[in-house]
Amino acid sequence: MDTAYFLQQLINGVTLGSVYGLIAIGYTMVYGIIGMINFAHGDIFMVGAFIALISFILFALTSIALPIVLLLTLLIAMVFTACYGWTVEKLAYKPLRKSFRLAPLISALGMSIVLQNYVQAAQGARIKTLQPVIQGGFTFMEDTGFTVSLSYLQIFIVLVTIVLMAIFTLLITKTALGRAQRACEQDRTMTALMGINVDRTISITFIIGSSLASVAGMMFVMYYGVIDFYIGFLAGIKAFTAAVLGGIGSVPGAMLGGLLIGLIEVFWSGYISIEYKDIAAFTVLVVVLIFFPTGFLGKPDIEKV
Amino acid sequence: MEKKFFQTSIKDSLFTGLIALALFGPIVGLRTVAKNEVLEVHPKWFIVLIIVIVCAVGRFLTNLYVYNRDQKTGIQTSIGKSISNFLDTKGYQIALTAIIFSVIFPFLPFTDRYLMDIAIMMLTYIMLGWGLNIVIGLAGLLDLGYVAFYAVGAYSYALFAIHFGWSFWICLPIAGIFAAMFGVLLGFPVLRLRGDYLAIVTLAFGEMIRILLLNWYQLTKGPDGLTGIPRPSFFGLPFKSFPDEGEQTFHTFFGIEYDPMQRIIFLYYLILVLALITNLFTIKIRRLPIGRAWEALREDEIACKSLGVNPRNTKLTAFAIGAMFGGFAGSFFATRQAFISPESFTFIESAIIVAIVVLGGMGSQTGVVLATVFLIGLIEVFRDFESYRMIAFGGAMVLIMIFRPRGILATRKPTITLEKSSSK
Repeated sequence: MDTAYFLQQLINGVTLGSVYGLIAIGYTMVYGIIGMINFAHGDIFMVGAFIALISFILFALTSIALPIVLLLTLLIAMVFTACYGWTVEKLAYKPLRKSFRLAPLISALGMSIVLQNYVQAAQGARIKTLQPVIQGGFTFMEDTGFTVSLSYLQIFIVLVTIVLMAIFTLLITKTALGRAQRACEQDRTMTALMGINVDRTISITFIIGSSLASVAGMMFVMYYGVIDFYIGFLAGIKAFTAAVLGGIGSVPGAMLGGLLIGLIEVFWSGYISIEYKDIAAFTVLVVVLIFFPTGFLGKPDIEKV
Repeated sequence: MEKKFFQTSIKDSLFTGLIALALFGPIVGLRTVAKNEVLEVHPKWFIVLIIVIVCAVGRFLTNLYVYNRDQKTGIQTSIGKSISNFLDTKGYQIALTAIIFSVIFPFLPFTDRYLMDIAIMMLTYIMLGWGLNIVIGLAGLLDLGYVAFYAVGAYSYALFAIHFGWSFWICLPIAGIFAAMFGVLLGFPVLRLRGDYLAIVTLAFGEMIRILLLNWYQLTKGPDGLTGIPRPSFFGLPFKSFPDEGEQTFHTFFGIEYDPMQRIIFLYYLILVLALITNLFTIKIRRLPIGRAWEALREDEIACKSLGVNPRNTKLTAFAIGAMFGGFAGSFFATRQAFISPESFTFIESAIIVAIVVLGGMGSQTGVVLATVFLIGLIEVFRDFESYRMIAFGGAMVLIMIFRPRGILATRKPTITLEKSSSK
């Protein structure tokens, strides 16, 4: 019973952790390249979830086979949400690159309020329920009275996350674009002098971050089946915690941190208290920032005069 | 030359229209509506078409008339400058006029119950803004969880008043002390963090307090909230229409007719006095060594460290004092509403208070008043358009950061400067 319960929590935790990891990458990349906390990123994730929801509803009217529906929804969500990420950066952050240090954060806060209320105005404040898209799964360890189940949906979520992260790691480490990004992280002026379009590189960073967040949104709506305009707030803070835990600025760190936050949250609600499950993530955030602010894989942040 | 410019403008506008279509097409154009528990999509293409055309044409016009003309000196800076210049020279008179106006406001002929309620709400926000201004404006610490202290003040006032029956004037300092203690408790570990990390941690703290209030049912009654919080009395004289046997009330003591407005007017003066105390305190403490240390710390932390200012203790005092005023405002809120629930202490409240301080110009006391009148007025005018008014509110935050990142009153003069050498 105990091992079965533990195993079940582990499976759920890894699934949830994949979602957080995908959002956390957006935070960590933007922080790495322009040194700001993109507060509106959680709401970009929410927009992605809504676009995926709309796409699923529209495809349900047709008779396209499930794998194609999944692939198309994935692409639709990524493209449309990337537009949001791109626009938010152009409108709210780009004019503030040379402003004082808290200005982009406050602007991001404003953008987050705008996105939430815009979706509320356009789609209504009620929670939206989606019928399960992928059903069924494996069950095992039935003899002990507690069945452990591993649904196809969970397998799908983890697999897509792994594939996307692999593609993405290749993109950052092996391509010219990835080199440009890493160069911008180190020194933007110098990179510009080397003939790299810094504005474009930053835009692409936002596009990548937003499209990964939209994939997380799509998985969220499939996994939980209910969304509303407010989901971005909590998910955003938790994903940010994940980025900090892994070491902000480090992409593998964000994946690791996401996984850990997912596990912590699931085990906390499984063993300690479900009402206070959101407090778990916040406590982790505070503890990590105080005791090891560089996270697991981050670089120490030395203040220079 | 002219023709080519025209062509690029048209291309640019078409691109803008395309982006607008991608942005608004799915979210605005395909509204999901639940029908028999199954979601359906109701298309609204007409609205999307209008939005897209407006975006494209707007882009075309701005290309033509704004970006490519030699009008680099924006009007927005000159307006702000003239306002601040005006306030600099006439600051004292204006402040005096504003105070006199707010003192006689309840007795003006056009003042009714509705206006009084708005005025009380505005004064509460002004007080919160002034309290937070100590933290953000003077000490330069972005606190996104200020509402937590407001909540602590409100709940501690309510609990003491309900369970012990203590009067407002005893509970008020206790609530302030409790809020300040929470400020120290939170500030002690987190204040060494850099600006943006601090912002997120304070935000998380604000949410933690709210979740705690929601779930600690034995103490806070959770989402049901606390009811029957005692109304304040006029130095022991309650505002009641029908006094109990042998009880002195406000109207019997002064021998006047009972009027429900009497309590409202009393509450108005109460919050006015509390707010002015906050303001006076801030003005005075800015000139003391601790206030100067806050401002120095805001400008350059490393320089302060090397001059022997202890950054953590200095920040901690700012945090605790700011929290204390938040607690005072919270107890006022509790006694005015006579009912509090965690609903009143959401993140959006923190965002509104931060917006007031930032919009007003961080560190400017007059700016807080102007920003409150503007923002709360805006929210009040668009009361019937719940989410549209918040879109406008968030948009205003972004626009202010872009055009006037230092707020409406952007001058940041040091409170104390060295006098010029008198020899020449």
